Amino acid sequence: MSKNRSMLIIPGNSPKGLQNAPVFYPDLLVLDLADGVPFEDKDSARLLVKEAIGFMDYENTQVVVRINSLQSGFGAKDIEVITPVQPVAFVIPQGSVEQLQDIEILLTESEKKAGLKEGSIGLIPVVDTVKALEQMSSLLNTSPRIKSAFFNAEGLAQELGIIRSKEGDEILYARSKFAMACRVAGMNSFDTSFIDSNDYEGLEKDCFKARNLGFTGKAAIDGRQIDTIHKIFV
Amino acid sequence: MKINKTAQAGALESSDVLVTVEPNPDGGIKVELETKRVIQKQFGKQIEKVILETAQQSGAEDVLIKAQDKGALDYTFRARVQAALQRASL
Repeated sequence: MSKNRSMLIIPGNSPKGLQNAPVFYPDLLVLDLADGVPFEDKDSARLLVKEAIGFMDYENTQVVVRINSLQSGFGAKDIEVITPVQPVAFVIPQGSVEQLQDIEILLTESEKKAGLKEGSIGLIPVVDTVKALEQMSSLLNTSPRIKSAFFNAEGLAQELGIIRSKEGDEILYARSKFAMACRVAGMNSFDTSFIDSNDYEGLEKDCFKARNLGFTGKAAIDGRQIDTIHKIFV
Repeated sequence: MKINKTAQAGALESSDVLVTVEPNPDGGIKVELETKRVIQKQFGKQIEKVILETAQQSGAEDVLIKAQDKGALDYTFRARVQAALQRASL
């Protein structure tokens, strides 16, 4: 059975990043078409990620793709182009019940076109808005494809005008609510990434805190964070 | 796929390639590869084949493809050529 302790997020428009990422052995490798890719490179990154999944040896990690939201105007094309190379799941930013329902329809159609079995690609909603946080239980029950969810504190902080700290006291309520809702639904819960990639002591404390709140894993923005995450989430 | 204008994709960064495509007034698909001499000697023909096949599979006609390579692997050549061709056909 696959482990779900860590997810390493790599910008989808960087061949170097796409090639180096597997050596850190994250449980999930997130090839990012959303936040990590500038507007003018969305088309190019989409093709690069599609080709990389078909070419690279990502054997020891679950490859997932963070697509753009449908409202951005790029999300539908991301699903259409990436589905044929069959990532384990799509990560959906600005997760909402309405968007997930629309994605379910698009993805089912794309799977059919690609000759894949319906439901073979999972969905991982990102909770990064107040609305999504408050809709957690209905959000997680939107589709049987959802087995994991990802709490992105940076999006939430932006919406609420919160200044983030390494200690994370300002997101305690959101983290607790997210982790509990995932536990109730029996799903994997990935905590927000620790931003200072050179502070391993801070990362370890943050991992402990997340684990004690009920999270089952954590996101990383730097491959060097993976070993520490795996030390805490076993 | 008709090439209407000059377009680029990729970057002059390590492990990447900058692909520039433009209409070829002489007709057909022409590939120009710019890379390190040692890469050119050892892998030049193979890389040009990847570029040419990608252009053919994309349905491109009458196009000049210039690839400035910075150590890209095959999948990157394929992706960047597809992206440049799609941008040029808009």
